[in-house]
Order: sequence, then structure tokens, then C-alpha cells
Amino acid sequence: MIITAIAGVVILLFYFIPRSPFDRIGEVFQNWVIIVAAFAIILGVGSLVKVNGEKISRLSQGWGYSVVLLVGLFTTALIGIIGGIEEGSAFDFIFKYFFTPMGSTMFSLLAFFIASAAFRAFRAKTFEAGLLLASAFLVMLGRVPIGDYIWHKFPEIASWIMDFPNTAGQRAIMIGASLGVVSTSIKFLLGIDKSYLGGE
Amino acid sequence: MRYFKLILIIILVYLLGISGWARNLDDINLINLPGNGKINSQYFSPEVEVPSPSIVSIYLNDNLIETRKAFTEKLVFPQMKLKLGKNSIKITVKTAEKQYEKYFTIKREAWFNTERTNMLVAIILLVLLIVYFIFTAQKGKVYYIRKIAGLAALDDAVGRATEMGKAVLYVPGSQDMDDIQTLAGLSILGHVAEKTAEYDTPIMVPTARSLVMSTAQEVVKEAYLKAGRPDAYKSENVRYLTDDQFGYVAGVDGIMVRERTAANFYMGSFYAESLILAETGHSTGAIQIAGTAMSAQLPFFVAACDYTLIGEELFAASAYLSKEPLQVGSLKGQDMGKLFFLIAIIIGVILETFGIKSFTEWFIIK
Repeated sequence: MIITAIAGVVILLFYFIPRSPFDRIGEVFQNWVIIVAAFAIILGVGSLVKVNGEKISRLSQGWGYSVVLLVGLFTTALIGIIGGIEEGSAFDFIFKYFFTPMGSTMFSLLAFFIASAAFRAFRAKTFEAGLLLASAFLVMLGRVPIGDYIWHKFPEIASWIMDFPNTAGQRAIMIGASLGVVSTSIKFLLGIDKSYLGGE
Repeated sequence: MRYFKLILIIILVYLLGISGWARNLDDINLINLPGNGKINSQYFSPEVEVPSPSIVSIYLNDNLIETRKAFTEKLVFPQMKLKLGKNSIKITVKTAEKQYEKYFTIKREAWFNTERTNMLVAIILLVLLIVYFIFTAQKGKVYYIRKIAGLAALDDAVGRATEMGKAVLYVPGSQDMDDIQTLAGLSILGHVAEKTAEYDTPIMVPTARSLVMSTAQEVVKEAYLKAGRPDAYKSENVRYLTDDQFGYVAGVDGIMVRERTAANFYMGSFYAESLILAETGHSTGAIQIAGTAMSAQLPFFVAACDYTLIGEELFAASAYLSKEPLQVGSLKGQDMGKLFFLIAIIIGVILETFGIKSFTEWFIIK
């Protein structure tokens, strides 16, 4: 808690002092965070090995996935350490042809989930949900060529909805959230809130 | 009353919408340099915001230093060392339609950045308000906190998982400990973990960062200790999955589908993974409570979750759940800060309407 308070106050103070070396203190602290996080990865890998190792040793349900995970983890790390990570290396091959497509597969799910979530959100059960449905319908119609073809004002209506009510709503949330961030930071710095450390 | 609220919301939406905070790429925000062109340090990394695609050139004392093609909106040039009081910098931005030029002079190093005075005043004002309300709360004054449905439902969600004999899933966001939303998420984790300890329900906390895992383990351990059930704490339930965004999503989705968790909590900072997590959770029939200050992800959570803590509610959770005078006082101070900015926005809109810009300009962060 003392470390949090000192680090926070120092960064806050030096934010207002523009001369070197004070203006670079934030960068220095950021580098420290990177170094600490790099060492913390050992804890993460340790947790992965422990949890999945136990699963394999007990032959728990789905232990085969744990084998794949650990083999993938150590094989990739070893190939990277021994063969390097340059373009054209075996590590690069794994990255391009295993890692990237798998990530893209997960990301592509988003298209289907947007459709299913929108279907539920747009059920006009209440007056507010009806407003949401009407505005969403107008924005969608205004953003596709057929909307312009039906009535040339649809794109303008869509832009107005996005530029005014939508922007205003977003700003209101952002102002509230920003004040919340400042207030929470002050609570952490003054030691009023210790709950993130497990305390009251 | 219902229509009065609606009219009030429409007026507020209008006021916020027309307030003069819009970005105007044609003018001063075209080139966004730290200190609005006044460089107070020997070291300088120009950051240029341009309408893409553009060609950006940077000159030092009329000598061309570098020319780059910008395909993205933000372009960061490498750091350069300057001799103070002797240099001038020129930046040109060429687009297909137009060419912009801007000159910057270099000022002497100062002990206080006067361009951040507004920020300092805002911080001091907010700190004073918070300290004042903490002080009055400590003296015994009771402040009212409105009911936050998402936080009121936390205990019910854990209770439901207990009745169903299933585990609770808690996702503290996908970002690291340097994101304050992660800290707010961990604060709520303490409360949820205490409840799961009381009800003897397992809690699973998969994390995307090692540091978050270590902290979450401490928070959950402490909560189990507080509930008088340290023996029930299992460190392997608070585990690290991967730093990779979609690898993490795949891991958490796998836990939801395999374990059929009955209550899912998403509290922290989220990006594109928010809807994938929430929709998978919805498909498994879990009760879901989310909380984030990422405005782009809020609609997804609102659509897919039963309850959503919107922006500031995530940060108010700690005070709401603990009901401690110190915390409640700070929340009241924050609300007063909000009132101050609300009044400032209304005054700003009125003055801008009459063409008086000095008031709104004072609030612009440089």
C-alpha cells in the first residue's frame, strides 16, 4: 500500500513538472512494470504446468487437452529459444500457420454472436427497447446502399443518430467513468480502499 | 413522471451532443503535439494525428528530418534531442486534397507546466470534495447510495449457483494490473469470493495476466479466511490461462461449457472478447453480471448479460458493497464532482451558443 501511494503520488507530481529528468519518470516506472511482468510470467507458466500436470496425473476428464496444451507450450518455447524467432524460422511457421488462424477463428465467432445478441436486444418489449429497435433500424438502413436507394435522407438520419444522441450517451458514460477512475485512484493512493489487496 | 424523465434525458442528450468537445480534424487537432506546440523538455517524440492516408514530414530548423507515409491516424516519430531555445520544428501533412503546415517553438524548461493548470485545479477540487465528504461521513453523517441492480444481484447470483450445485466463474477483465478497471474488478472479487466461501460454492477465476493471477489468489485467499473457511480455498481455481486475447477467450469459454458454471461475473477491462464471453455464458444458461468502463463494449454486455454495471458503477462497487463511511464519503465526493462538471457543461453550452469560447477552451486538456 505504501509502495502504491508513493509511486502514484510521484507520477502525479511529475506529470506537472515538464523538465528532465522528472518528465521521464513515468516512462521509467513503466519500464519497471514491464520487467516485473516479465518475471511474473514464470508464475503464470508455473500455474499452467501445475493445474494441467495434476489433470494429466489424475487422468481427469479432458486430460488429453492438457497434454496438447503442455506439449504446445514447451515445443513452441523450445523451438523459439533454439531456432530463433526471425521470419522464416520454425517459430514463425508456428505463429503464422497455427497461432494466427486459431486466433482468427475465435475472433470470427463475433460476427455470429453479434447477430444473436442483437436479435435479443431488439425485441421491443418496452418503450425503451422500442426506441432502441427504431434507432438501430434507421442506422442500419442508413449505412447500406439500399437505404440510400429507398430514401436519400436515411444516411443523413443515421449520421445524425450516431453524431448526436450516440455521441452524447458515450460522452456521458465517459465523464462518469473518468470521475470514477480519479476517485478510485485517490482512494487507492490514500489507502482508503484496500479491497484490491484482499483487505476491507 | 415517466415522460418528464424522458424529456430530461432528451435535453441532456442534446446539451452533451452540441457541447464543443467534438474533434475537428481540419484545425487544431490535426497535429496533436504534447504541450500544444510548447516543448518543455530536451527530449521530444512528435505524435501526429492525421486524416489517413497522408504524407507527414518533420523539419528541425528547416532541415528535413524524416518523411513518412501514414496509413493509420496516429504516427509517432522517434525521440530526438533538442538544444533548448535554439530550435524550431515544422511539421507538414499532405493529403490528396490539402497540405497543412505547423510551426512549433521551443520554450525554456520550467518547474510547472502551466498548460496543465486546469488539470491540477480539477484534481485539487475533486480531492477536496472527496476529503470533505469522507470527513463528514466519519463524523457520523449517513449518505444515501441509490440502488445499483447489478451489485444488489451479486449475492442472488452466488445463491443461485449454490442451489444448482455449480461453480461461479469470475473474469477480472483481460488487462493487467496497471489498468484501474482490473483493480476495481479485484475489489468486487473479494466480496464475491467471501460469499462463495460462506455458501461453500467453488469459484473459478481464470486470468489473462500473471500479475492479476497472483493478486486474485491473494484476494480470494483473504476472502476465504475472512469467511472462516481457509481450508476450502483452492489456489488452482485461480489460474493463469494465456496473455493472448483470443486464446484467453477460448480458455474461458471452455471452462463455461465444461463446468456449466451457473453464475458468471465479468468485471474489469474488456475489448473484442466481451461479446464472445457473454454470449457463450448466455448459451450455457448462466446468470451473468458484467461491469466495465469500456464504452465500446457496454452495448454487448447490456445485450447479453442479465445485469451490467455501466462505467462509474464499476468504481462505486467497493463503496456500495462495504458501506464503510470512508468509502461512501468518497463516493459522495465523486458525485459532487460530477455535479460540478454537469453545471460546467450547461454553462459551456450556453456560452458557446453566444460565441464565447474562452470558458470551454479552459477545459481542453493539452
